[in-house]
Amino acid sequence: MHGEGSSRKVAREELIQARKLLAKSHAERSYAAGEPILQVRDLVKHFPLTQGVLFKRQVGAVKAVDGVSFDLRKGETLGIVGESGCGKSTVAKLITHLERPTAGTIRYKGNDITRASGRALKAVRRNIQMVFQDPYTSLNPRMTVGDIIGEPFDIHPEVAPKGDRRAKVQELLDVVGLNPEYVNRYPHQFSGGQRQRIGIARGLALRPEIIVADEPVSALDVSVQAQVVNLMERLQDEFGLSYVFIAHDLSIVRHISDRVGVMYLGKLVEVGTETEIYEHPTHPYTQALLSAVPVPDPEAEGRRERIVLEGDVPSPANPPSGCHFRTRCWKAQQRCAEEEPPLAVPENFADSLPGEAVHHPSACHFAAERAAVVGPVET
Amino acid sequence: MSLLQVRDLHVEFHTRDGVAQAVNGVDLGVEAGETLAVLGESGSGKSVTAQAIMGILDMPPGRITGGEIVFQDRDLLTLPRQERRQIRGAKMAMIFQDALSALNPVLTVGYQLAEMFRVHQGASRKEARAKAVELMERVRIPAARQRVGDYPHQFSGGMRQRIMIAMALALEPDLIIADEPTTALDVTVQAQVMDLLADLQREFNMGLILITHDLGVVADVADKIAVMYAGRIVETAPVKELYKAPAHPYTKGLLDSIPRLDQKGGQLNVIRGMPPNLQQTPPGCAYNPRCPMARAVCRKDEPPLYEVSALRASACHFWEEMFDAR
Repeated sequence: MHGEGSSRKVAREELIQARKLLAKSHAERSYAAGEPILQVRDLVKHFPLTQGVLFKRQVGAVKAVDGVSFDLRKGETLGIVGESGCGKSTVAKLITHLERPTAGTIRYKGNDITRASGRALKAVRRNIQMVFQDPYTSLNPRMTVGDIIGEPFDIHPEVAPKGDRRAKVQELLDVVGLNPEYVNRYPHQFSGGQRQRIGIARGLALRPEIIVADEPVSALDVSVQAQVVNLMERLQDEFGLSYVFIAHDLSIVRHISDRVGVMYLGKLVEVGTETEIYEHPTHPYTQALLSAVPVPDPEAEGRRERIVLEGDVPSPANPPSGCHFRTRCWKAQQRCAEEEPPLAVPENFADSLPGEAVHHPSACHFAAERAAVVGPVET
Repeated sequence: MSLLQVRDLHVEFHTRDGVAQAVNGVDLGVEAGETLAVLGESGSGKSVTAQAIMGILDMPPGRITGGEIVFQDRDLLTLPRQERRQIRGAKMAMIFQDALSALNPVLTVGYQLAEMFRVHQGASRKEARAKAVELMERVRIPAARQRVGDYPHQFSGGMRQRIMIAMALALEPDLIIADEPTTALDVTVQAQVMDLLADLQREFNMGLILITHDLGVVADVADKIAVMYAGRIVETAPVKELYKAPAHPYTKGLLDSIPRLDQKGGQLNVIRGMPPNLQQTPPGCAYNPRCPMARAVCRKDEPPLYEVSALRASACHFWEEMFDAR
């Protein structure tokens, strides 16, 4: 532990050099910024509901994801928000190929990877990595931190030759702000925030271009959440990563995201930039969701308008006809039950210009702006 | 007369790794009709304080080593078990975080609600069931009469939490302790449940202790706040004053580190380090290793709860600087 000051300093210098090299190699591989690196079209995932023990009959399906389309651009963060059961975690699993979609396509840099298998799948997985929600269960308690972070190299040995691995792992620990001397410790010797850093280091090990983070900070203490969010932002700048950031906490999503998609019962109901969604929401569900988030300031709280929704989210096994949100919507009319609104710039905003904040896709027949949902915005 | 007055409460846990000081000299007070929020991170001792007040602390490994809990002029810690039991449920009730694990999965909700009246008031089955339905209506569960025979798993998260609230309200207690009542719920449902709780509190003029880590929820409903850190109260204040001008660096750190819905991105201010291990809290002020204002005296002397104004207190040697800096 108490090495000589000078040798530690040298080691530190080496690490800094290594980090610079790592960042550089990233930049060289990277795709031109701004282009869609991941294109998801009409993604569908239905989980069958079966009955019977021996002869299983399918009696229905849970429509976890029911036609989701979005683009992820190089270097950007796409936030996906929604209540539990809306299908946001299933989207994460589909993108990372942990689940096979029922229908739809996923394109990575223009290549269709939806049905990729074997070597092609392995190559894709190297570039799309995941950070999980619970840092207590997503790290194997019997493996040392070095083994956990080094395990991806066993599967993709081309990234780091055997002799190099220890150095690589230490470098990764340094990148996420942990002491490189901790390689031989076990997960239980770390706090929640440190464990999530280990999870992030593991996600970074193969130098992916996309990281899918499913509720990465919701299991952490409030004072530690900010540290992890800042770390993720720093890593994004350093390595040019693209994030799909899934969370139910709308405040954190606003903080980290460039663009935001709001999900309800397996569908995206509104997509736009952070400003478009938070300051000019046009879908009633987005408005209700935003108005329900408490703001830690009693005075700002008084200036906001609260919309309290009635009832619960319907079952995704048997969603309502037409617009899925109509059962809880205060604007619902006959048309909403008959006709499903498409996710497009709403008719009444059709003549707004693309630069205007209301000009973004919103799946509502009666989309309208509503002031004072979030309250006055401070910067 | 205060409804509840906790004075200098100490709770220890004896574990294999040593003694953990979970609660270390806590003072709290709640009046009828008032909402006190106890704010803290995991391990700050907020839930243990609640359990000690309620008398449901696991002993062992827990042990109350000092202090008094005066409820309606009686010190609960010196009462015989039998009398304590009569207070629990009837005079003070608790709402737990996770309704699914707090309710019995093999009994219908109607039975569990009716049990309150049968045990405490000796009501007949029929009377008790009628009252259970009435309670379910009061917490706005739709079609209460049809659903009274359902089991907990047949209800959604929000509805289960309403049943927990109904159960707490059953005997019209004077004090309700809600331990993270909405943490497991989605924001839209969270708003429904908090509204309901606030309405019922007003209706019955109850005291409410709201235990939470969510600064947002607190801003909305509380009258006053006690912020806990490492088993101690570090700041108490009326809710508006606390948000406007925190008098303790930990409170300020928390407020600054939380992304807000009405704020755009940028670097978040962080509290460096992590919450301390309760088996070995640092000497002096427990917050000193993470505090940007820490000086030599902070590492040596534990700060008492300084009086900031008639209604406010802060356990920081340099609370005056917190105001000067603004």
